[in-house]
Amino acid sequence: MSGKSKVKRYLKKNSSAYIFLAPWLLGFFALTVYPMIYSLWLSFTNYNFSQPNSTVWIGFGNYAKMFGSLFGISEFTTSNGELIRTDPYYIKALTVTFKYVFISVPLKLIAALFLAMLMNQKIRGVSIYRAIYYIPTLLGGSVAIAVLWRKLFEKDGLVNLFLGVLGFVDLPSWITNPRYALGPLILLTVWQFGSSMIIFLAGLKQIPQEFYDAASVDGANPVRQFFSITIPLLSPVIFFNLVMQLIYAFQSFTQAYIIGGGRGGVLNSTLFYTLHLYIQGWAYREMGYASAMAWVLLLIIGGITFVVFKSSNLWLSYGTGE
Amino acid sequence: MGLNKKNKNKILHILTHLFIIVLGFMMIYPVLWMIISSFKPNNMIFSDPGLIPKAVTIENYISGWKGYAGTTFGRFFTNSFILCLGSVLGNLISCTMAAYAFARLKFTGKNFWFAIMMVTLMLPGQVTLVPRYIMFNTFGWVGTTLPLLAPKYLATDAFFVFLLVQFFRSLPKELDEAAIMDGCGKFGVFFRIILPLAKPALVTTSLFTFLWTWDDFMSPLLYLTKPDTYTVSRALRTFVGDAGSVANWGGALAMATLSLIPPFILFFSLQKYFVQGISTTGLKG
Repeated sequence: MSGKSKVKRYLKKNSSAYIFLAPWLLGFFALTVYPMIYSLWLSFTNYNFSQPNSTVWIGFGNYAKMFGSLFGISEFTTSNGELIRTDPYYIKALTVTFKYVFISVPLKLIAALFLAMLMNQKIRGVSIYRAIYYIPTLLGGSVAIAVLWRKLFEKDGLVNLFLGVLGFVDLPSWITNPRYALGPLILLTVWQFGSSMIIFLAGLKQIPQEFYDAASVDGANPVRQFFSITIPLLSPVIFFNLVMQLIYAFQSFTQAYIIGGGRGGVLNSTLFYTLHLYIQGWAYREMGYASAMAWVLLLIIGGITFVVFKSSNLWLSYGTGE
Repeated sequence: MGLNKKNKNKILHILTHLFIIVLGFMMIYPVLWMIISSFKPNNMIFSDPGLIPKAVTIENYISGWKGYAGTTFGRFFTNSFILCLGSVLGNLISCTMAAYAFARLKFTGKNFWFAIMMVTLMLPGQVTLVPRYIMFNTFGWVGTTLPLLAPKYLATDAFFVFLLVQFFRSLPKELDEAAIMDGCGKFGVFFRIILPLAKPALVTTSLFTFLWTWDDFMSPLLYLTKPDTYTVSRALRTFVGDAGSVANWGGALAMATLSLIPPFILFFSLQKYFVQGISTTGLKG
């Protein structure tokens, strides 16, 4: 009897909340939990989308396929006799992606902070400037801009026309020369610093002017003020921007796909991680392998976020300017 | 004699303005050049870095509009608009419901579920990509817009749930209590108090849902296999050949320009919601 009324009470307390939560819960289980378990399982199999019936468990085979080439292994046999060739491009994709992320994200944040500081002075027309600087972020993720970007950096593109006017000769095609091909993609990312700038601008507005006034009275020059007041007080915002941009950058796909015409560019110089994953999973239908790649990506992103979180103790300050 | 401090400040001020303007102009130059080049004859696009066209034509718009595989851009734009509006509606319904539960209702396991929701916010989508594809394929949904639309009705964009939770929490609780005193139930409070007051957050949610869906390329690439279901972003890709070469540059730039009009209109008509959305929750935009 008391058990029944307990259930009744429980239902009375929770039913309406769970009705509101129902779509999210359904989505969470059907589109997140179940797919995650499924993809973890797939990552230990040789699942191929064209022949799902011949799927067998290959243990860490897919993971060995990724990193095998690091140890000079070109093929190996799994415990149940499956012959697997190691992926000659995986390490390349990883290198390209790390290079891209760790060059573009810091540059983007520096540009964003610099412009935000310029605009934080009491100058007129900030809202117009802010709008103009946001336009690249607004449009930059689109296929349209990626197509344009390819045009700009081709051998006879706009960039070389301008450089030619400035007197440079023998200019390369920035897109097809593997030495430079990552450059346009990095530039395209840095170009979209607008939203980080707006976040910085909002953060800068929170720093009381009195701090700077007091520092001036004490004889601190602007450089000193920047490192002793602005950076420490803005550190939570910098931290937030850094984490978000890192996570976001690791998953970049569209721009590399379009600029490389669906491939990784010349000599795979722009073979982004997600692009490689897409090619493996959808062009070659090796979805077991693609799942394993996705899990490694998750671990990389999780690991880097963790390191940033941990290291933030050293430089993050939530205090009042100490 | 030298400059006094006031004049020095003034000059510094002007230089700052000048710097911001020049850099800003350089930043949007490529976009301006694209818009103007889309009106240049095909053979002049390559040779002319300037903004003032020597000849004007709408030829590129005519040739580009023809589209791909017999489907015109009229169809692609219609597809994109339908998909975007459907996604906005989905997110508005499902995300507000979840956010209301998290922000206002008491229930067992609330903190647990909220923590889970925050974790999904950081989860890279690639981990669920393959299984979702296999799952939607067994439903027979590959080739339709359902794999793109259905998740929006299940609040999978945790970012908006988070944004709405933050906003709902900022609304005064006394209003709920007063409404309950007047005989409103939890549903009444949701529809009559919370939703009408949350208009700014609803606009931000709609705005970014629209833009992200408009720009989304990977999902259309995976799921929209038939040309007559292509969205604009998927269709633009057809201008780029497999090795990355482009045959009809004029048409590509013309259609690219057209594809940027909806984001532009939204941005300039709803600018304050953009700034609000970005600076309060750090939307990546």
